[in-house]
Amino acid sequence: MIASIAGEGQRTQAAPFGHALVKLAAERPEIVGMTADLAKYTDLHIFAQAYPDRFYQMGMAEQLLMGAAAGFAHEGAMPFVTTYAVFATRRAYDFMHQTIAEDDLNVKIACALPGLTTGYGPSHQAAEDLALMRAMPGMMVIDPCDALDIEQMVPAVAEHKGPVYMRLLRGQVPLVLDEYDYKFELGKAKLVRDGRDVLVISSGIMTMRALEVAKALAADSVDVGVLHVPTIKPLDVSTILREAGRSGRLVVVAENHTTIGGLGEAVATALLSAGVTPQFRQIALPDAFLDAGALPTLHDRYGISTETMSARIKGWLG
Amino acid sequence: MDISVSATRAKVAEHAYRIRRNALLMGEVQGQGYIAQALDIADVLATAYFHAMRYRPEDPAWEERDRFLLSNGHYAIALYAALIEAGIVPQEELETYGSDDSRLPMSGMASYTPGMEMSGGSLGQGLTIAVGRALGLKRKGSKSFVYTLFSDGELDEGAVWEGLMSAAHHKLDNMIAIVDVNNQQADGPSSQVMAFEPLTEKMQAFGWFTQRVNGNDLDAVIAAFDAARNHPEPKPRMIIADTLMGCGVPFLEAREKNHFIRVEANEWQLALEALEAGRNK
Repeated sequence: MIASIAGEGQRTQAAPFGHALVKLAAERPEIVGMTADLAKYTDLHIFAQAYPDRFYQMGMAEQLLMGAAAGFAHEGAMPFVTTYAVFATRRAYDFMHQTIAEDDLNVKIACALPGLTTGYGPSHQAAEDLALMRAMPGMMVIDPCDALDIEQMVPAVAEHKGPVYMRLLRGQVPLVLDEYDYKFELGKAKLVRDGRDVLVISSGIMTMRALEVAKALAADSVDVGVLHVPTIKPLDVSTILREAGRSGRLVVVAENHTTIGGLGEAVATALLSAGVTPQFRQIALPDAFLDAGALPTLHDRYGISTETMSARIKGWLG
Repeated sequence: MDISVSATRAKVAEHAYRIRRNALLMGEVQGQGYIAQALDIADVLATAYFHAMRYRPEDPAWEERDRFLLSNGHYAIALYAALIEAGIVPQEELETYGSDDSRLPMSGMASYTPGMEMSGGSLGQGLTIAVGRALGLKRKGSKSFVYTLFSDGELDEGAVWEGLMSAAHHKLDNMIAIVDVNNQQADGPSSQVMAFEPLTEKMQAFGWFTQRVNGNDLDAVIAAFDAARNHPEPKPRMIIADTLMGCGVPFLEAREKNHFIRVEANEWQLALEALEAGRNK
Protein backbone atom coordinates (compact mmCIF):
# COMPACT_ATOMS: atom_id res chain seq x y z
CA MET A 1 0.00 0.00 0.00
CA ILE A 2 1.21 3.48 -0.81
CA ALA A 3 2.01 5.92 1.98
CA SER A 4 -0.97 7.86 3.25
CA ILE A 5 -1.30 11.29 4.81
CA ALA A 6 -4.02 9.96 7.12
CA GLY A 7 -3.28 9.99 10.80
CA GLU A 8 -3.48 6.85 12.91
CA GLY A 9 -7.07 5.82 13.49
CA GLN A 10 -8.37 8.56 11.21
CA ARG A 11 -11.42 7.71 9.10
CA THR A 12 -10.48 7.36 5.45
CA GLN A 13 -11.94 6.53 2.09
CA ALA A 14 -10.03 4.66 -0.59
CA ALA A 15 -9.20 6.36 -3.90
CA PRO A 16 -12.01 8.94 -3.91
CA PHE A 17 -10.75 10.53 -7.14
CA GLY A 18 -10.70 7.27 -9.06
CA HIS A 19 -14.15 6.24 -7.92
CA ALA A 20 -15.66 9.67 -8.54
CA LEU A 21 -14.20 9.72 -12.04
CA VAL A 22 -15.58 6.26 -12.84
CA LYS A 23 -19.01 7.35 -11.66
CA LEU A 24 -18.91 10.54 -13.71
CA ALA A 25 -17.54 8.81 -16.81
CA ALA A 26 -20.69 6.71 -17.03
CA GLU A 27 -22.64 9.89 -17.82
CA ARG A 28 -19.90 11.72 -19.73
CA PRO A 29 -18.62 9.68 -22.68
CA GLU A 30 -16.19 12.46 -23.64
CA ILE A 31 -14.08 11.81 -20.53
CA VAL A 32 -10.78 10.04 -21.11
CA GLY A 33 -8.05 9.32 -18.56
CA MET A 34 -4.40 9.94 -19.35
CA THR A 35 -1.31 9.51 -17.21
CA ALA A 36 2.47 9.61 -17.33
CA ASP A 37 3.32 6.23 -15.78
CA LEU A 38 1.55 7.03 -12.51
CA ALA A 39 -1.93 5.53 -12.86
CA LYS A 40 -1.51 3.37 -9.78
CA TYR A 41 -0.15 6.27 -7.77
CA THR A 42 -2.82 8.79 -8.70
CA ASP A 43 -5.83 6.47 -8.29
CA LEU A 44 -6.41 6.59 -12.05
CA HIS A 45 -6.02 2.80 -12.15
CA ILE A 46 -9.58 2.60 -10.84
CA PHE A 47 -10.71 4.39 -14.00
CA ALA A 48 -8.36 2.31 -16.17
CA GLN A 49 -9.91 -0.89 -14.84
CA ALA A 50 -13.45 0.33 -15.39
CA TYR A 51 -12.80 1.91 -18.81
CA PRO A 52 -9.73 0.31 -20.36
CA ASP A 53 -10.59 1.67 -23.81
CA ARG A 54 -10.80 5.22 -22.46
CA PHE A 55 -7.49 5.08 -20.62
CA TYR A 56 -4.30 6.28 -22.32
CA GLN A 57 -0.84 5.52 -21.01
CA MET A 58 1.59 8.19 -22.22
CA GLY A 59 4.69 6.91 -20.51
CA MET A 60 6.98 8.83 -18.22
CA ALA A 61 6.78 11.94 -20.41
CA GLU A 62 4.94 14.86 -18.85
CA GLN A 63 5.41 17.27 -21.75
CA LEU A 64 3.87 14.70 -24.07
CA LEU A 65 1.10 14.08 -21.53
CA MET A 66 0.06 17.74 -21.54
CA GLY A 67 0.50 18.25 -25.28
CA ALA A 68 -1.45 15.11 -26.10
CA ALA A 69 -4.19 16.10 -23.64
CA ALA A 70 -4.44 19.40 -25.51
CA GLY A 71 -4.73 17.59 -28.83
CA PHE A 72 -7.36 15.25 -27.43
CA ALA A 73 -9.35 18.22 -26.10
CA HIS A 74 -9.15 19.90 -29.51
CA GLU A 75 -10.97 16.83 -30.82
CA GLY A 76 -13.78 17.18 -28.31
CA ALA A 77 -12.64 14.92 -25.49
CA MET A 78 -12.40 15.94 -21.84
CA PRO A 79 -9.08 14.51 -20.66
CA PHE A 80 -8.46 14.00 -16.95
CA VAL A 81 -4.68 13.78 -16.77
CA THR A 82 -2.71 12.70 -13.75
CA THR A 83 0.86 12.78 -12.57
CA TYR A 84 2.66 14.15 -9.54
CA ALA A 85 2.38 17.86 -8.89
CA VAL A 86 6.13 18.44 -9.19
CA PHE A 87 6.33 16.83 -12.62
CA ALA A 88 3.30 18.64 -14.02
CA THR A 89 4.17 22.08 -12.73
CA ARG A 90 7.94 22.01 -13.05
CA ARG A 91 8.60 19.81 -16.10
CA ALA A 92 5.60 20.58 -18.24
CA TYR A 93 4.77 24.18 -17.34
CA ASP A 94 5.26 25.50 -20.86
CA PHE A 95 3.08 22.74 -22.30
CA MET A 96 0.23 23.52 -19.91
CA HIS A 97 0.70 27.22 -20.63
CA GLN A 98 0.94 27.08 -24.43
CA THR A 99 -0.94 24.00 -25.50
CA ILE A 100 -3.72 23.92 -22.86
CA ALA A 101 -4.29 27.29 -21.17
CA GLU A 102 -3.70 29.61 -24.12
CA ASP A 103 -6.30 27.76 -26.16
CA ASP A 104 -8.66 27.52 -23.15
CA LEU A 105 -8.98 23.77 -23.56
CA ASN A 106 -11.12 21.51 -21.45
CA VAL A 107 -8.30 19.59 -19.75
CA LYS A 108 -8.47 18.65 -16.07
CA ILE A 109 -5.06 18.17 -14.50
CA ALA A 110 -5.11 16.20 -11.24
CA CYS A 111 -1.80 16.12 -9.41
CA ALA A 112 -0.81 13.94 -6.51
CA LEU A 113 1.72 14.71 -3.76
CA PRO A 114 0.85 18.41 -3.39
CA GLY A 115 2.83 20.57 -0.99
CA LEU A 116 4.51 18.54 1.72
CA THR A 117 2.72 15.18 1.46
CA THR A 118 5.75 13.00 0.90
CA GLY A 119 9.05 12.65 2.69
CA TYR A 120 10.94 11.96 -0.52
CA GLY A 121 12.62 15.35 -0.52
CA PRO A 122 12.47 18.26 -2.97
CA SER A 123 12.35 16.03 -6.06
CA HIS A 124 8.84 14.99 -5.04
CA GLN A 125 7.68 17.86 -2.79
CA ALA A 126 5.53 20.36 -4.68
CA ALA A 127 5.92 23.29 -2.32
CA GLU A 128 5.40 25.92 -5.04
CA ASP A 129 2.81 24.36 -7.34
CA LEU A 130 0.01 26.75 -6.38
CA ALA A 131 2.21 29.80 -7.04
CA LEU A 132 3.10 28.50 -10.48
CA MET A 133 -0.42 27.51 -11.43
CA ARG A 134 -2.01 30.69 -10.07
CA ALA A 135 0.33 32.65 -12.32
CA MET A 136 -0.91 30.88 -15.43
CA PRO A 137 -3.64 32.89 -17.18
CA GLY A 138 -6.95 31.09 -17.57
CA MET A 139 -6.13 28.25 -15.21
CA MET A 140 -8.54 27.40 -12.40
CA VAL A 141 -6.70 26.15 -9.30
CA ILE A 142 -8.20 23.85 -6.66
CA ASP A 143 -6.82 22.48 -3.39
CA PRO A 144 -9.32 20.04 -1.84
CA CYS A 145 -9.24 18.99 1.80
CA ASP A 146 -10.44 15.41 2.01
CA ALA A 147 -12.25 12.52 0.35
CA LEU A 148 -15.61 14.29 0.43
CA ASP A 149 -14.15 17.38 -1.19
CA ILE A 150 -12.54 15.32 -3.95
CA GLU A 151 -15.67 13.28 -4.59
CA GLN A 152 -17.71 16.46 -5.08
CA MET A 153 -14.94 18.33 -6.90
CA VAL A 154 -14.70 15.86 -9.80
CA PRO A 155 -18.19 16.42 -11.28
CA ALA A 156 -17.93 20.15 -10.53
CA VAL A 157 -14.73 20.63 -12.54
CA ALA A 158 -16.25 18.64 -15.40
CA GLU A 159 -19.15 21.12 -15.47
CA HIS A 160 -16.67 24.00 -15.72
CA LYS A 161 -15.58 24.68 -19.29
CA GLY A 162 -11.84 25.29 -19.40
CA PRO A 163 -8.58 24.12 -17.89
CA VAL A 164 -8.35 23.16 -14.22
CA TYR A 165 -5.38 22.32 -12.04
CA MET A 166 -6.41 20.33 -9.00
CA ARG A 167 -4.34 18.98 -6.19
CA LEU A 168 -5.00 15.35 -5.52
CA LEU A 169 -4.94 13.29 -2.34
CA ARG A 170 -4.66 9.65 -3.27
CA GLY A 171 -4.79 6.23 -1.66
CA GLN A 172 -6.42 6.15 1.79
CA VAL A 173 -7.69 9.73 1.95
CA PRO A 174 -8.92 11.23 5.24
CA LEU A 175 -12.63 11.92 5.55
CA VAL A 176 -13.43 14.85 7.84
CA LEU A 177 -15.80 17.30 6.18
CA ASP A 178 -18.77 14.93 6.40
CA GLU A 179 -19.01 15.87 10.08
CA TYR A 180 -19.80 19.43 9.09
CA ASP A 181 -22.57 20.97 7.07
CA TYR A 182 -20.35 21.22 4.00
CA LYS A 183 -20.72 20.92 0.26
CA PHE A 184 -18.02 21.66 -2.31
CA GLU A 185 -18.95 24.46 -4.67
CA LEU A 186 -16.59 25.52 -7.42
CA GLY A 187 -15.23 29.00 -6.74
CA LYS A 188 -16.75 29.25 -3.25
CA ALA A 189 -15.13 29.55 0.14
CA LYS A 190 -17.11 27.88 2.93
CA LEU A 191 -17.23 28.74 6.61
CA VAL A 192 -16.95 25.23 7.97
CA ARG A 193 -16.90 26.32 11.60
CA ASP A 194 -17.48 29.69 13.19
CA GLY A 195 -15.37 31.09 16.05
CA ARG A 196 -14.99 34.35 17.99
CA ASP A 197 -11.25 34.65 18.54
CA VAL A 198 -9.44 33.36 15.48
CA LEU A 199 -10.35 32.89 11.83
CA VAL A 200 -8.21 30.34 10.02
CA ILE A 201 -8.47 30.74 6.27
CA SER A 202 -7.16 27.52 4.77
CA SER A 203 -7.08 25.21 1.81
CA GLY A 204 -6.27 21.55 1.23
CA ILE A 205 -5.19 19.39 4.12
CA MET A 206 -4.62 22.51 6.21
CA THR A 207 -8.39 22.84 6.61
CA MET A 208 -8.32 19.40 8.22
CA ARG A 209 -5.51 20.61 10.48
CA ALA A 210 -7.38 23.83 11.28
CA LEU A 211 -10.44 21.85 12.36
CA GLU A 212 -8.23 19.73 14.63
CA VAL A 213 -6.65 22.91 16.02
CA ALA A 214 -10.11 24.33 16.67
CA LYS A 215 -11.04 21.24 18.69
CA ALA A 216 -7.74 21.35 20.60
CA LEU A 217 -7.92 25.06 21.43
CA ALA A 218 -11.56 24.83 22.50
CA ALA A 219 -10.22 23.13 25.63
CA ASP A 220 -8.31 26.36 26.35
CA SER A 221 -11.44 28.43 25.65
CA VAL A 222 -10.02 29.74 22.41
CA ASP A 223 -12.75 29.83 19.78
CA VAL A 224 -11.38 29.16 16.30
CA GLY A 225 -13.38 29.61 13.09
CA VAL A 226 -12.35 27.88 9.87
CA LEU A 227 -12.97 29.25 6.40
CA HIS A 228 -12.16 26.56 3.84
CA VAL A 229 -11.03 27.90 0.45
CA PRO A 230 -10.76 24.93 -1.90
CA THR A 231 -10.77 27.13 -5.01
CA ILE A 232 -7.57 29.17 -4.91
CA LYS A 233 -8.20 30.76 -8.29
CA PRO A 234 -10.53 32.42 -8.90
CA LEU A 235 -10.58 33.43 -5.23
CA ASP A 236 -13.90 33.94 -3.46
CA VAL A 237 -12.92 37.45 -2.40
CA SER A 238 -16.35 38.53 -1.15
CA THR A 239 -16.65 35.69 1.36
CA ILE A 240 -13.06 36.20 2.52
CA LEU A 241 -13.63 39.94 3.00
CA ARG A 242 -16.88 39.32 4.84
CA GLU A 243 -15.35 36.85 7.29
CA ALA A 244 -11.97 38.55 7.73
CA GLY A 245 -13.71 41.93 8.11
CA ARG A 246 -15.55 40.84 11.23
CA SER A 247 -13.71 42.82 13.88
CA GLY A 248 -11.47 41.52 16.61
CA ARG A 249 -10.43 38.17 15.16
CA LEU A 250 -6.89 37.17 14.44
CA VAL A 251 -6.73 36.06 10.82
CA VAL A 252 -4.40 33.14 10.10
CA VAL A 253 -3.95 31.85 6.58
CA ALA A 254 -2.82 28.23 6.63
CA GLU A 255 -1.63 26.40 3.54
CA ASN A 256 0.39 23.37 2.60
CA HIS A 257 2.59 25.45 0.29
CA THR A 258 5.46 27.90 0.45
CA THR A 259 4.73 31.36 1.87
CA ILE A 260 5.38 32.72 -1.61
CA GLY A 261 2.59 33.00 -4.14
CA GLY A 262 -0.04 30.76 -2.59
CA LEU A 263 -3.26 31.30 -0.65
CA GLY A 264 -1.60 33.54 1.96
CA GLU A 265 -0.42 36.11 -0.53
CA ALA A 266 -3.69 35.90 -2.46
CA VAL A 267 -5.72 36.59 0.69
CA ALA A 268 -3.35 39.37 1.83
CA THR A 269 -3.69 41.11 -1.53
CA ALA A 270 -7.47 40.80 -1.43
CA LEU A 271 -7.66 42.20 2.12
CA LEU A 272 -5.28 45.11 1.58
CA SER A 273 -6.88 46.01 -1.74
CA ALA A 274 -10.23 46.31 0.05
CA GLY A 275 -8.81 48.19 3.03
CA VAL A 276 -9.53 45.34 5.41
CA THR A 277 -6.62 45.07 7.83
CA PRO A 278 -7.07 42.48 10.57
CA GLN A 279 -4.17 41.09 12.54
CA PHE A 280 -2.69 38.74 9.93
CA ARG A 281 -0.43 35.70 10.23
CA GLN A 282 0.72 33.03 7.81
CA ILE A 283 1.22 29.34 8.45
CA ALA A 284 2.99 27.90 5.44
CA LEU A 285 6.12 26.11 4.33
CA PRO A 286 9.37 28.07 4.31
CA ASP A 287 11.03 29.35 1.14
CA ALA A 288 13.53 26.50 1.21
CA PHE A 289 14.27 23.07 -0.18
CA LEU A 290 12.54 20.90 2.38
CA ASP A 291 14.08 17.96 4.16
CA ALA A 292 13.47 14.32 3.39
CA GLY A 293 12.17 12.16 6.21
CA ALA A 294 9.05 10.85 7.86
CA LEU A 295 5.99 12.93 7.10
CA PRO A 296 4.82 13.50 10.72
CA THR A 297 8.33 14.67 11.64
CA LEU A 298 8.41 17.03 8.69
CA HIS A 299 4.96 18.43 9.43
CA ASP A 300 6.17 19.19 12.96
CA ARG A 301 9.45 20.64 11.72
CA TYR A 302 7.76 23.00 9.29
CA GLY A 303 4.87 23.98 11.53
CA ILE A 304 1.93 22.43 9.71
CA SER A 305 1.07 19.68 12.22
CA THR A 306 -1.90 20.18 14.53
CA GLU A 307 0.33 20.55 17.59
CA THR A 308 2.75 23.10 16.16
CA MET A 309 -0.09 25.05 14.60
CA SER A 310 -2.02 25.15 17.89
CA ALA A 311 1.04 26.35 19.76
CA ARG A 312 1.79 29.11 17.29
CA ILE A 313 -1.77 30.41 17.28
CA LYS A 314 -1.85 30.44 21.08
CA GLY A 315 1.43 32.32 21.04
CA TRP A 316 0.07 34.94 18.67
CA LEU A 317 -2.96 35.45 20.91
CA GLY A 318 -0.56 36.21 23.77
CA MET B 1 5.13 10.84 -67.05
CA ASP B 2 1.45 10.27 -67.73
CA ILE B 3 -0.90 13.16 -68.37
CA SER B 4 -2.70 13.14 -65.02
CA VAL B 5 0.56 13.16 -63.04
CA SER B 6 1.86 15.93 -65.22
CA ALA B 7 -1.34 17.95 -64.75
CA THR B 8 -1.16 17.47 -60.99
CA ARG B 9 2.42 18.64 -60.97
CA ALA B 10 1.60 21.72 -63.04
CA LYS B 11 -1.30 22.63 -60.76
CA VAL B 12 0.73 22.22 -57.56
CA ALA B 13 3.67 24.09 -59.07
CA GLU B 14 1.48 27.06 -59.85
CA HIS B 15 0.17 27.11 -56.28
CA ALA B 16 3.72 26.80 -54.94
CA TYR B 17 4.70 29.83 -57.02
CA ARG B 18 1.77 31.81 -55.65
CA ILE B 19 2.53 30.75 -52.04
CA ARG B 20 6.09 32.04 -52.49
CA ARG B 21 4.73 35.24 -53.99
CA ASN B 22 2.27 35.75 -51.12
CA ALA B 23 5.07 35.23 -48.61
CA LEU B 24 7.30 37.80 -50.33
CA LEU B 25 4.44 40.31 -50.41
CA MET B 26 3.85 39.81 -46.68
CA GLY B 27 7.56 40.12 -45.99
CA GLU B 28 7.55 43.42 -47.82
CA VAL B 29 4.68 44.69 -45.64
CA GLN B 30 6.81 44.37 -42.51
CA GLY B 31 10.20 44.69 -44.18
CA GLN B 32 11.12 41.36 -42.63
CA GLY B 33 9.98 37.83 -41.99
CA TYR B 34 11.21 34.25 -42.13
CA ILE B 35 11.29 34.52 -45.90
CA ALA B 36 14.02 31.99 -46.59
CA GLN B 37 12.02 29.32 -44.71
CA ALA B 38 8.77 30.28 -46.45
CA LEU B 39 10.46 29.88 -49.81
CA ASP B 40 12.01 26.54 -48.87
CA ILE B 41 8.79 24.98 -47.58
CA ALA B 42 6.42 26.31 -50.28
CA ASP B 43 6.52 23.09 -52.32
CA VAL B 44 5.57 21.01 -49.28
CA LEU B 45 2.74 23.39 -48.37
CA ALA B 46 1.47 23.48 -51.95
CA THR B 47 1.41 19.69 -52.03
CA ALA B 48 -0.37 19.52 -48.68
CA TYR B 49 -3.05 22.09 -49.51
CA PHE B 50 -3.51 21.43 -53.24
CA HIS B 51 -2.95 17.71 -53.54
CA ALA B 52 -3.14 15.80 -50.27
CA MET B 53 -5.45 17.41 -47.75
CA ARG B 54 -9.21 17.52 -47.39
CA TYR B 55 -10.65 20.83 -46.20
CA ARG B 56 -13.35 23.35 -46.95
CA PRO B 57 -12.05 26.90 -47.39
CA GLU B 58 -15.36 28.39 -46.30
CA ASP B 59 -15.49 26.20 -43.16
CA PRO B 60 -12.00 25.92 -41.62
CA ALA B 61 -13.39 23.94 -38.65
CA TRP B 62 -15.15 21.36 -40.87
CA GLU B 63 -15.11 18.16 -38.81
CA GLU B 64 -14.02 15.93 -41.71
CA ARG B 65 -10.99 18.06 -42.58
CA ASP B 66 -7.43 16.88 -42.35
CA ARG B 67 -5.61 18.79 -39.60
CA PHE B 68 -2.41 20.68 -40.36
CA LEU B 69 -0.34 21.57 -37.30
CA LEU B 70 2.43 24.13 -37.68
CA SER B 71 4.81 23.30 -34.84
CA ASN B 72 7.43 25.84 -35.90
CA GLY B 73 5.31 28.93 -35.30
CA HIS B 74 7.88 31.25 -36.85
CA TYR B 75 6.99 29.67 -40.22
CA ALA B 76 3.61 31.37 -39.88
CA ILE B 77 4.31 33.61 -42.86
CA ALA B 78 4.62 30.49 -45.01
CA LEU B 79 1.40 28.96 -43.73
CA TYR B 80 -0.50 32.26 -44.09
CA ALA B 81 0.70 32.36 -47.68
CA ALA B 82 -0.80 28.89 -48.18
CA LEU B 83 -4.02 29.69 -46.28
CA ILE B 84 -4.51 32.78 -48.45
CA GLU B 85 -3.84 30.76 -51.59
CA ALA B 86 -6.30 28.10 -50.37
CA GLY B 87 -8.99 30.73 -49.80
CA ILE B 88 -9.17 30.07 -46.05
CA VAL B 89 -7.83 33.56 -45.30
CA PRO B 90 -9.02 36.37 -47.62
CA GLN B 91 -6.40 37.72 -50.02
CA GLU B 92 -6.86 41.29 -48.79
CA GLU B 93 -5.68 40.36 -45.28
CA LEU B 94 -2.22 39.74 -46.70
CA GLU B 95 -1.52 43.45 -46.28
CA THR B 96 -2.23 43.26 -42.54
CA TYR B 97 0.58 40.76 -41.86
CA GLY B 98 2.22 41.48 -38.50
CA SER B 99 0.19 44.66 -37.92
CA ASP B 100 -1.79 45.58 -34.82
CA ASP B 101 -5.12 43.73 -34.62
CA SER B 102 -4.27 41.59 -37.62
CA ARG B 103 -5.38 37.96 -37.74
CA LEU B 104 -1.89 37.21 -39.10
CA PRO B 105 0.56 37.77 -36.23
CA MET B 106 4.30 37.21 -36.73
CA SER B 107 4.21 33.87 -34.89
CA GLY B 108 1.39 31.41 -35.58
CA MET B 109 -1.42 31.35 -33.01
CA ALA B 110 -4.52 29.20 -33.20
CA SER B 111 -6.86 31.75 -31.66
CA TYR B 112 -5.95 34.40 -34.25
CA THR B 113 -6.05 32.73 -37.64
CA PRO B 114 -8.66 30.60 -39.40
CA GLY B 115 -7.04 27.32 -40.37
CA MET B 116 -4.26 27.61 -37.79
CA GLU B 117 -4.68 24.49 -35.65
CA MET B 118 -2.17 25.19 -32.88
CA SER B 119 -0.11 27.97 -31.34
CA GLY B 120 3.51 27.34 -32.16
CA GLY B 121 6.46 29.48 -31.23
CA SER B 122 7.57 27.55 -28.20
CA LEU B 123 9.30 24.90 -30.24
CA GLY B 124 8.98 21.15 -30.09
CA GLN B 125 5.32 20.98 -29.05
CA GLY B 126 3.58 20.15 -32.32
CA LEU B 127 4.12 16.41 -32.31
CA THR B 128 2.79 16.04 -28.77
CA ILE B 129 -0.42 17.84 -29.69
CA ALA B 130 -0.62 15.81 -32.89
CA VAL B 131 -0.48 12.58 -30.87
CA GLY B 132 -3.50 13.68 -28.82
CA ARG B 133 -5.36 14.80 -31.93
CA ALA B 134 -4.64 11.51 -33.67
CA LEU B 135 -5.85 9.57 -30.63
CA GLY B 136 -8.94 11.76 -30.45
CA LEU B 137 -9.72 11.29 -34.15
CA LYS B 138 -9.36 7.53 -33.84
CA ARG B 139 -11.67 7.54 -30.84
CA LYS B 140 -14.27 9.34 -32.96
CA GLY B 141 -13.82 6.87 -35.83
CA SER B 142 -12.63 9.71 -38.07
CA LYS B 143 -10.68 9.07 -41.27
CA SER B 144 -8.91 12.43 -41.10
CA PHE B 145 -5.14 12.70 -41.08
CA VAL B 146 -3.10 14.87 -38.72
CA TYR B 147 -0.23 16.55 -40.57
CA THR B 148 2.50 18.15 -38.49
CA LEU B 149 5.25 20.32 -39.90
CA PHE B 150 8.32 20.84 -37.75
CA SER B 151 11.89 21.91 -38.38
CA ASP B 152 15.23 20.18 -38.01
CA GLY B 153 16.07 22.65 -35.22
CA GLU B 154 13.13 21.36 -33.23
CA LEU B 155 14.85 17.98 -33.06
CA ASP B 156 16.91 19.56 -30.24
CA GLU B 157 13.79 19.52 -28.07
CA GLY B 158 13.21 16.38 -26.03
CA ALA B 159 9.45 16.56 -26.37
CA VAL B 160 9.80 15.84 -30.10
CA TRP B 161 11.24 12.45 -29.22
CA GLU B 162 8.50 11.84 -26.67
CA GLY B 163 6.01 12.47 -29.47
CA LEU B 164 7.86 10.28 -31.94
CA MET B 165 8.03 7.38 -29.53
CA SER B 166 4.41 7.58 -28.44
CA ALA B 167 3.02 7.90 -31.99
CA ALA B 168 4.57 4.56 -32.85
CA HIS B 169 3.55 3.00 -29.53
CA HIS B 170 -0.07 3.98 -30.12
CA LYS B 171 0.13 2.90 -33.81
CA LEU B 172 -1.04 6.26 -35.04
CA ASP B 173 -1.30 5.56 -38.75
CA ASN B 174 -3.36 8.75 -39.10
CA MET B 175 -0.28 10.89 -38.37
CA ILE B 176 1.90 12.30 -41.14
CA ALA B 177 4.85 14.35 -39.92
CA ILE B 178 7.09 16.44 -42.13
CA VAL B 179 10.53 17.59 -40.98
CA ASP B 180 11.88 20.57 -42.85
CA VAL B 181 15.61 19.93 -43.04
CA ASN B 182 17.12 23.20 -44.22
CA ASN B 183 19.99 22.85 -41.80
CA GLN B 184 19.62 26.36 -40.42
CA GLN B 185 18.64 27.44 -36.95
CA ALA B 186 19.15 30.53 -34.81
CA ASP B 187 22.78 29.96 -33.85
CA GLY B 188 23.92 28.44 -37.15
CA PRO B 189 23.69 25.21 -39.12
CA SER B 190 21.43 22.77 -37.30
CA SER B 191 23.93 19.97 -37.73
CA GLN B 192 26.50 22.04 -35.83
CA VAL B 193 24.14 23.33 -33.14
CA MET B 194 23.10 19.74 -32.39
CA ALA B 195 23.98 16.87 -34.70
CA PHE B 196 20.83 15.07 -35.77
CA GLU B 197 21.89 12.63 -38.49
CA PRO B 198 21.35 9.90 -39.48
CA LEU B 199 17.76 11.06 -39.42
CA THR B 200 16.15 8.44 -41.64
CA GLU B 201 17.58 5.62 -39.56
CA LYS B 202 16.51 7.31 -36.34
CA MET B 203 12.93 7.76 -37.52
CA GLN B 204 12.78 4.19 -38.77
CA ALA B 205 14.18 2.94 -35.49
CA PHE B 206 11.47 4.89 -33.70
CA GLY B 207 8.88 2.90 -35.64
CA TRP B 208 7.86 5.39 -38.32
CA PHE B 209 7.33 4.64 -42.03
CA THR B 210 9.99 7.05 -43.27
CA GLN B 211 10.72 8.64 -46.62
CA ARG B 212 13.47 11.17 -47.34
CA VAL B 213 13.04 13.43 -50.35
CA ASN B 214 14.29 16.61 -51.90
CA GLY B 215 11.63 18.92 -50.50
CA ASN B 216 11.91 21.23 -53.50
CA ASP B 217 11.41 18.46 -56.07
CA LEU B 218 7.66 18.57 -56.56
CA ASP B 219 7.39 15.14 -58.15
CA ALA B 220 9.21 13.62 -55.22
CA VAL B 221 7.17 15.54 -52.65
CA ILE B 222 3.85 14.61 -54.27
CA ALA B 223 4.89 10.96 -54.45
CA ALA B 224 5.96 11.03 -50.79
CA PHE B 225 2.63 12.44 -49.65
CA ASP B 226 0.82 9.78 -51.70
CA ALA B 227 2.94 7.01 -50.24
CA ALA B 228 2.50 8.35 -46.72
CA ARG B 229 -1.28 8.39 -47.02
CA ASN B 230 -1.50 4.97 -48.64
CA HIS B 231 1.07 3.09 -46.57
CA PRO B 232 -0.55 -0.17 -45.44
CA GLU B 233 1.20 -0.72 -42.09
CA PRO B 234 -0.26 0.56 -38.79
CA LYS B 235 2.57 3.04 -38.29
CA PRO B 236 2.89 6.81 -38.18
CA ARG B 237 4.34 8.30 -41.36
CA MET B 238 7.36 10.56 -41.68
CA ILE B 239 8.51 12.68 -44.62
CA ILE B 240 11.98 14.11 -44.20
CA ALA B 241 12.18 16.99 -46.65
CA ASP B 242 15.61 18.35 -47.46
CA THR B 243 15.00 21.91 -48.56
CA LEU B 244 16.92 24.89 -49.85
CA MET B 245 16.61 28.16 -47.93
CA GLY B 246 15.32 30.87 -50.24
CA CYS B 247 14.30 28.36 -52.92
CA GLY B 248 12.87 30.05 -56.01
CA VAL B 249 14.74 33.33 -55.64
CA PRO B 250 18.33 32.67 -56.78
CA PHE B 251 19.94 35.67 -55.09
CA LEU B 252 18.37 34.68 -51.77
CA GLU B 253 19.37 31.03 -52.24
CA ALA B 254 22.95 32.26 -52.64
CA ARG B 255 22.87 34.61 -49.68
CA GLU B 256 25.04 33.59 -46.76
CA LYS B 257 22.76 31.27 -44.89
CA ASN B 258 21.28 32.69 -41.75
CA HIS B 259 18.20 31.75 -39.80
CA PHE B 260 16.76 35.21 -40.38
CA ILE B 261 18.10 36.62 -43.63
CA ARG B 262 18.43 40.29 -44.37
CA VAL B 263 16.35 41.54 -47.28
CA GLU B 264 16.99 45.17 -48.20
CA ALA B 265 14.02 47.43 -48.94
CA ASN B 266 14.80 47.55 -52.66
CA GLU B 267 15.17 43.79 -52.87
CA TRP B 268 11.54 42.77 -52.36
CA GLN B 269 10.65 43.81 -55.88
CA LEU B 270 13.79 42.14 -57.22
CA ALA B 271 12.84 38.98 -55.39
CA LEU B 272 9.34 39.00 -56.88
CA GLU B 273 10.84 39.49 -60.33
CA ALA B 274 13.35 36.69 -59.83
CA LEU B 275 10.57 34.40 -58.61
CA GLU B 276 8.46 35.28 -61.66
CA ALA B 277 11.40 34.66 -63.98
CA GLY B 278 11.76 31.12 -62.67
CA ARG B 279 8.04 30.45 -62.63
CA ASN B 280 7.77 27.95 -65.46
CA LYS B 281 11.14 26.28 -65.17
